[in-house]
Amino acid sequence: MTDLLIKLIPVFPLLAVILNGLVGRRYSHDLAHRLAWGSVGLSFLCTIGVFVDILRTGMPHEVIAYQWIFGGDLTINLAYLVDPLTCIMLLVITGVGFLIHVYSVAYMHGEDGFTRFFTYMNLFMVSMLLLVMGNNYVVLFIGWEGVGLCSYLLIGYYYDKVSAAKAASKAFVVNRIGDAGFLLAIFLIFINFKTLDYTKVFAQVGQLSPDMATAIALCLLVGAVGKSAQLPLYTWLPDAMEGPTPVSALIHAATMVTAGVYMIVRNHAIFDLSPAAMTIVGIIGGLTALFAATIGLVQTDIKRVLAYSTVSQLGYMFLGCGIGAYTAAIFHLMTHAFFKALLFLSAGSVIHALSGEQDIRKMGGLSSKIPWTHRLFLIGTVAIAGIPPLAGFWSKDEILAHAFTHQHYLLYGMAAVGALLTSFYMFRLTYLTFYGASRMDHHTEEHVHESPMVMVGPLMALGVLSIVGGFLGFPPEHGWLHHFLGPVAGSGGDHEVSTGLVLTLMMIATGIALLGWGIAHYFYSINLSAPDRLSAKLQAVYRILLNKYYVDELFDLVFVEPTKKLGLLFDWFDRTVIDGLVRSVAQLAEWGAAGSTWMEKYVIYGGLNVIGFGNHLVAREWRQLQSGMVHHYAAIIVAGLFLLAVVIQLIMQL
Amino acid sequence: MVPLSAYIAVSTVLFMTGLLGVLIRRNFIIVLMSVEIMLNAANINLVAFSYYLESMAGQLVALFVIAIAAGEAAIGLAIIIVMFRGKISTNVDEMNLLKW
Repeated sequence: MTDLLIKLIPVFPLLAVILNGLVGRRYSHDLAHRLAWGSVGLSFLCTIGVFVDILRTGMPHEVIAYQWIFGGDLTINLAYLVDPLTCIMLLVITGVGFLIHVYSVAYMHGEDGFTRFFTYMNLFMVSMLLLVMGNNYVVLFIGWEGVGLCSYLLIGYYYDKVSAAKAASKAFVVNRIGDAGFLLAIFLIFINFKTLDYTKVFAQVGQLSPDMATAIALCLLVGAVGKSAQLPLYTWLPDAMEGPTPVSALIHAATMVTAGVYMIVRNHAIFDLSPAAMTIVGIIGGLTALFAATIGLVQTDIKRVLAYSTVSQLGYMFLGCGIGAYTAAIFHLMTHAFFKALLFLSAGSVIHALSGEQDIRKMGGLSSKIPWTHRLFLIGTVAIAGIPPLAGFWSKDEILAHAFTHQHYLLYGMAAVGALLTSFYMFRLTYLTFYGASRMDHHTEEHVHESPMVMVGPLMALGVLSIVGGFLGFPPEHGWLHHFLGPVAGSGGDHEVSTGLVLTLMMIATGIALLGWGIAHYFYSINLSAPDRLSAKLQAVYRILLNKYYVDELFDLVFVEPTKKLGLLFDWFDRTVIDGLVRSVAQLAEWGAAGSTWMEKYVIYGGLNVIGFGNHLVAREWRQLQSGMVHHYAAIIVAGLFLLAVVIQLIMQL
Repeated sequence: MVPLSAYIAVSTVLFMTGLLGVLIRRNFIIVLMSVEIMLNAANINLVAFSYYLESMAGQLVALFVIAIAAGEAAIGLAIIIVMFRGKISTNVDEMNLLKW
């Protein structure tokens, strides 16, 4: 029964993809979106069924759906492994995915390519489900590439917009770098273990030499860094905000970008063997958390602030993985999916209300005009800032506490500063958007309206999850989630920490979050000229932050421009040398043809004409013989007859 | 008993008469009649040899020749009529279309 449910989970969205993709244009938008969110809803119900079963038995399920590649000692099945880790991921993907699909119905209403949008979204769901459900690296990789493809398609949803098309190819190309690393890791794993099934690999992982473990772990890390937008491959994620807002919420906040974290946690047996790789994971995570948060301080596009915040929060998850707090990383992944989806969808609601305006400098004073969006956005902000008892506090605090109690003080420091910045820029965003005087132009202001219930409903559900989601991991290190994930992700809290220290760390974290709020309140509510004065005073810093540390420009200079130059060189080579060769051959052929033509015209035809004319001359004489007179012919016949008779006579006499 | 040479003599005379008629006369109808005479000379030869060699084959061939002569006369007269309509003449010398 459970096996059947597991097999069914990815089937529903796949059916919706096939139907909507192939014949979606023939029926109404209503049917198309019902198929889309209905299929995800059915997957969610199946997931709950599987979840209940695993909750009761605690046994992971391994289901072979289809025997795919076999031969020699290689067997690759389209098979699913559903254990507690997968279960959590499935619940997040199908649950949040379902809410976002419902939201999209209203948000995308009246857009061109409505059915196309839902086809891509469902295709994304299928890929993402394969990614987390696969029981081997090949299925994981298929899902991995599938979500990358859907990300590309959906970022470039408004494909007639140049910036969207560019952002889409940027996301795709940057992800290729990570994917190359991931592929190398898969090759290394196959060489070392002769199998690609998780269970078999992890069973014999102990035989791995430390160097090989480090190599595999680092290659995996490259893949994870690309997909989860960590330093230095994060640049595609802010640009990915060119896609429609539900896409940003689903793919670029809640699910796809967390695939890297899932992959590291799934492979933690390999990472555990390599302290060096773990350190690198932690440092990358910490740096990203801090780095992206600083950029988020000065951005003015509501979605871009959230994008940098996503990069930063993913950094926290990596940091958690790097210090061995896998459960905490997954915990943060889950709560982040709740509140970041909430924030993105609320931002979408704001954008919807303002007829497409995304610049927070042109917002302000919206709290009374769109009260529900305001309340829910505020919930999301409080949750991400880490103010108890909302979800973000518990998960983020657990990562911070783990870092502190395991003597990773440097990482703890980075994360704490990052948390302060997070709190600050999120409240800055809230203040600039919803409070203060309106900075909208008159025309936009007249049209401000609260979003329909179809959009606010999913927001409310996410709001509730953002409030209570944290209690799944309460009390810290011993919550329900820790027991549930314990068999898969390791216990994490291997040595007991005194309650006093835990409480102190919690107080500090809360204090940091409140401090960030206080600064934001001072800057954007009390002393409104302070931000300008500060930016004027620290002009150099401000400009660097505003330009995102010039990383895009640096990449352009180091990679993109040389590549373009190389392309131009190849272009020149192609046009001059290769085309030159081709053209020379063509020229030779042309000359040859001209020669043949001349030869035929003057030599062959000439010869024929000579023969013909000769015949003509001879015939002019000989035709005189034909007088046309019947008598002449008769006389000649008779003469011939006599001649014949004489000849025969002579021959007979011989 | 008439000797074979007598038959051959008669047929030769007839044949030469026909041949000279074909070569000399200018009227197409006379020419045609001369051809008939030549054919009949051949027939006399065939029948005479058939008698002396005691074989029926010669007489059989003579019957064929008569049939052919009938056909030839029909076609020849048809041609003469066509020529007469076109040229208002049956003079063989004026029929010289079969040339260059």
